[in-house]
Amino acid sequence: MTVLEQPGAYRPTPPPAWRPRLDPAPLLPDPEPVRLLGTPAAADLDPGLLTRLYRELVRGRRYNAQATALTKQGRLAVYPSSTGQEACQVAAAMVLEERDWLFPSYRDTLAAVVRGLDPAQALTLLRGDWHNGYDPREYRVAPLCTPLATQLPHAVGLAHAARLKGDDVVALAMVGDGGTSEGDFHEALNFAAVWQAPVVFLVQNNGFAISVPLAKQTAAPSLAHKAVGYGMPGRLVDGNDAAAVHQVLGEAVRRAREGGGPTLVEAVTYRLDAHTNADDATRYRAEEELTAWRAHDPIDLMEAELKGRDLIDEDGMAAAREAAEDMARALRDRMNDDPVLEPMELFEHVYAEKTGQLREQAAQLRAELDAESQEGER
Amino acid sequence: MTTAAVETARKPATMAQALGRALRDAMAEDPAVHVLGEDVGTLGGVFRITDGLAKEFGDHRCTDTPLAEAGILGTAVGMAMYGLRPVVEMQFDAFAYPAFEQLISHVSRMRNRTRGALPMPITVRVPYGGGIGGVEHHSDSSEAYYMATPGLHVVTPATVADAYGMLREAIASDDPVVFLEPKRLYWSKADWSADRPEPVAPIGRAVVRRPATGQGSPVSLITYGPSLPVCMEAAEAARAEGWDLEVVDLRSLVPFDDETVCASVRRTGRALVVHESPGFGGPGGEIAARITERCFHHLEAPVLRVAGFDIPYPPPMVERHHLPGVDRVLDAVARLQWESEWTEGSAD
Ligand SMILES: Cc1ncc(C[n+]2csc(CCOP(=O)(O)OP(=O)(O)O)c2C)c(N)n1
Repeated sequence: MTVLEQPGAYRPTPPPAWRPRLDPAPLLPDPEPVRLLGTPAAADLDPGLLTRLYRELVRGRRYNAQATALTKQGRLAVYPSSTGQEACQVAAAMVLEERDWLFPSYRDTLAAVVRGLDPAQALTLLRGDWHNGYDPREYRVAPLCTPLATQLPHAVGLAHAARLKGDDVVALAMVGDGGTSEGDFHEALNFAAVWQAPVVFLVQNNGFAISVPLAKQTAAPSLAHKAVGYGMPGRLVDGNDAAAVHQVLGEAVRRAREGGGPTLVEAVTYRLDAHTNADDATRYRAEEELTAWRAHDPIDLMEAELKGRDLIDEDGMAAAREAAEDMARALRDRMNDDPVLEPMELFEHVYAEKTGQLREQAAQLRAELDAESQEGER
Repeated sequence: MTTAAVETARKPATMAQALGRALRDAMAEDPAVHVLGEDVGTLGGVFRITDGLAKEFGDHRCTDTPLAEAGILGTAVGMAMYGLRPVVEMQFDAFAYPAFEQLISHVSRMRNRTRGALPMPITVRVPYGGGIGGVEHHSDSSEAYYMATPGLHVVTPATVADAYGMLREAIASDDPVVFLEPKRLYWSKADWSADRPEPVAPIGRAVVRRPATGQGSPVSLITYGPSLPVCMEAAEAARAEGWDLEVVDLRSLVPFDDETVCASVRRTGRALVVHESPGFGGPGGEIAARITERCFHHLEAPVLRVAGFDIPYPPPMVERHHLPGVDRVLDAVARLQWESEWTEGSAD
């Protein structure tokens, strides 16, 4: 059996030859992160796009708040919030076409939801009832990944395979600033550049890897600068400016789709919540820093732009908040159901067919469960 | 074709040739099969297993990758997610260690994590084991690490026919297979026909390579991969001592064939596990425990192990002292004759 949907139809085509570029200048990021909101350049932005981004930002903020609340009620084992980083999450999901793939890290549940996942399904891993609550092929969203940066080579391999197949599919892979120190990050970037794979790497530089600040993570001028050494462009963008992230990622996706190869995008942002609900952020960061970043909130930036251009009124904002409330309510309802787990499923999906060892162990558990239920009846 | 004609088609072939042929045939049959690794293209691999594949199928099907094992296996994961069947070559056993993270964190559990939605039809070929005079990091036997990871199949051929048949089956499998190639046997020859490869037992099945004859004191030697020829030689030598050795070639460590192993041990009443990886925490402990659990009342003596010493693989000039050879196997067979000095010794 082959896992290819149409094995007969597959004729791998060699990717075009690639020659090293000797001039690094076009690969270098601009020293200042790209910003659009609040600048004259914003006048050219599509109003429809801006309002869509705004609605998703508002919904995303509510989603983060609701998920965090669910940890307090014991409905969710853990939640790594992306509050403050919603612009990156929303833009990452919105630049992709349906046939593209998203490779999220554990913090990127919101991106997966914006991509179309049921909010409750996206939380399965974090709830603890199964490792992955959705079919990755259905949504073109890889399983949320907890080992840092290990999903990046997967994105490269998938994008490479898609191109061999002749599909114009792009993979967008998300990683944190801490994750850029891992070996897999470097191997993935290098493979992507050498293969000219249609991949976009999005680093959400939110200032910290749990407690460790960027200064202790890297001595590079910026994380985007790392791209140059691999032979791909690096782009630096204001990660709280949803329009700018959308534009920079959009360009990178377009370039990748047209055969121009990978891009590394660093979005400079800030995590306003703690690392997870279980973390005490006061131990490693100062209140002043938070205050400064609160003044640069992604929702406020977008709201100011929309109001300034008369693209939204009080009713429009209220409608966005209401849609967010609906999502939160539905999520709460879903998460209030006690998950029903089938213990015998432990032995499913380890291999395509159970080994003799697994069949024996399944029989043992079956017997234990039967004994338990008989005891329960007595 | 008459049987005689098929017979004449058989001629001496090495295990390396059979492995190369298996890759070629798999690639010719299924365009989803892609080979990737270090030096696998133009050079044909440092052991020449992939020789000619890039020429025949193009370097997009047999790809020289950057030098990065986690990257090689990690990109293979993505390729498998998109429906390809990557066959990855790790250049040497000890250089597969950088890829362990991908193997253990993703390859082995992607199917399970996604409840079957993302199978990982990846074959990881690892030349393993010593006896070729390799310098450090070129002779490790890492099978215990792989065996300890649920979700992987772990197999190792010891014959030319198995090399072909098992590699074809591994590539066709929808599950990840760690395919351990006993590099010491790469150049071992057997009569074999590339155009009419003989069918072999499926992965998961052990094979009795040399049945006990019923003449003399019987012992089952349970072994695999590079130690199979050692055990076969020991079995011949043992006849002079009046010992009747049955040799079981496991072929597959995961899944493990309890049935064939236990049937043999029940016949002989004595079992000796032979492998060259370190004994402590090694495959032999698991195998001995399984035999004891299932055949205790048939055993005339404790299950013994002959394994490599519990040391980092030694330099080539002394490796012969480390590798279990015929003498060490025969000494253990002597100890299995339990009634004599062994019982007296253990009474102190
Ligand atoms: C390989 C690995 N090592 C350690 C951890 C534990 N860990 C989880 S999150 C984290 C910090 C990650 O920081 P960053 O990459 O900046 O992402 P962020 O959490 O800020 O989104 C660490 C060390 C892990 N998940 N994986």
